Amino acid sequence: MGRRALLVAQGVAVGLVVVLFGLLVWKLVDDEGGALAASVARGETPDAPDFTLERLDREGELTLSSLEGKAVVLNFWASWCIPCKEETPFLEQVWRENRDRGLVVVGLDAKDFRRDARAFMRKFDVTYPVVYDGPGKTLSSYGVTGFPETFVLDREGKVVEVFVGAVNSDEDRARLRAAVDRALGQ
Amino acid sequence: MRLLAFSVAVAGVLAASVTAWGAEPPNAADLEAELVCPVCETTLDQSDAPVAQRMKAFIRERIAAGDTEDEIKDALVAQFGAGVLATPPKSGFGLLAWLLPLVAVGAGAVGVALLVREWSRRRAPPAAEAPLSPDLEQRVDEELARFEP
Repeated sequence: MGRRALLVAQGVAVGLVVVLFGLLVWKLVDDEGGALAASVARGETPDAPDFTLERLDREGELTLSSLEGKAVVLNFWASWCIPCKEETPFLEQVWRENRDRGLVVVGLDAKDFRRDARAFMRKFDVTYPVVYDGPGKTLSSYGVTGFPETFVLDREGKVVEVFVGAVNSDEDRARLRAAVDRALGQ
Repeated sequence: MRLLAFSVAVAGVLAASVTAWGAEPPNAADLEAELVCPVCETTLDQSDAPVAQRMKAFIRERIAAGDTEDEIKDALVAQFGAGVLATPPKSGFGLLAWLLPLVAVGAGAVGVALLVREWSRRRAPPAAEAPLSPDLEQRVDEELARFEP
């Protein structure tokens, strides 16, 4: 092995270390836990990340961007999440009250069994669209760190309000109704 | 004839034993150590998260229904994705995780072998012995002669 080959080997080794270090930094920087919520708290209206997921309420898939032109209340939940059980009737009420005004409530069930999710929907008489993300791939793009979390999107698909935790208190419910009105442009 | 009958009987018993051994139901504790809770990302046997408890109940349910270990794992992967497997699958992209360490060890071994060969080549050859000058040779002979009886 000549001196040149030795230098090449050393270069490759150093390059590998740099790449691995870069991956570590990228992973740390890319961890978007709560990033969308923080952005909204600063008064910004970031674009809602798009997704296409299978539906639990019927056959087929739902693509979020296909709802452009409507306001959306996107609720992340799971059947094993106790606070989700408490807020679901209110979300169903908001959906029934506002669907004719151009609002769609979308439930996004993640890290859950389909069977459990469907039983939950039957139990709470959920009639709004529900999509399924078993592996929870959409959670990181929305910065969801726990269940439930709810995002209110305006007609252009921009996030105007975020609720981390259940929308259960009177104050939170009033805030959600106000956000829905804002999202609908009224 | 008796020997033949005896042999057939023994073979039958052995075959039945092997079949029974092969059909042994999967062990729930083993499966819980090989599957990961999708919420807390520890193995199921280390987790008390609600979804982990549901998964444990599912495993016991499927064992009781007669599913094999692979069928139970496949069912959970279909729900939660390949991330529920504590170790990557030995097929497809997951195979890389098993092969790359072997490739790295092999490449390291080849690298070390090449380096050792290079170092051994670089060692300076032993210096050739210079012939003694006639004067010095004579002096050595004289000195040695002093020790002769």
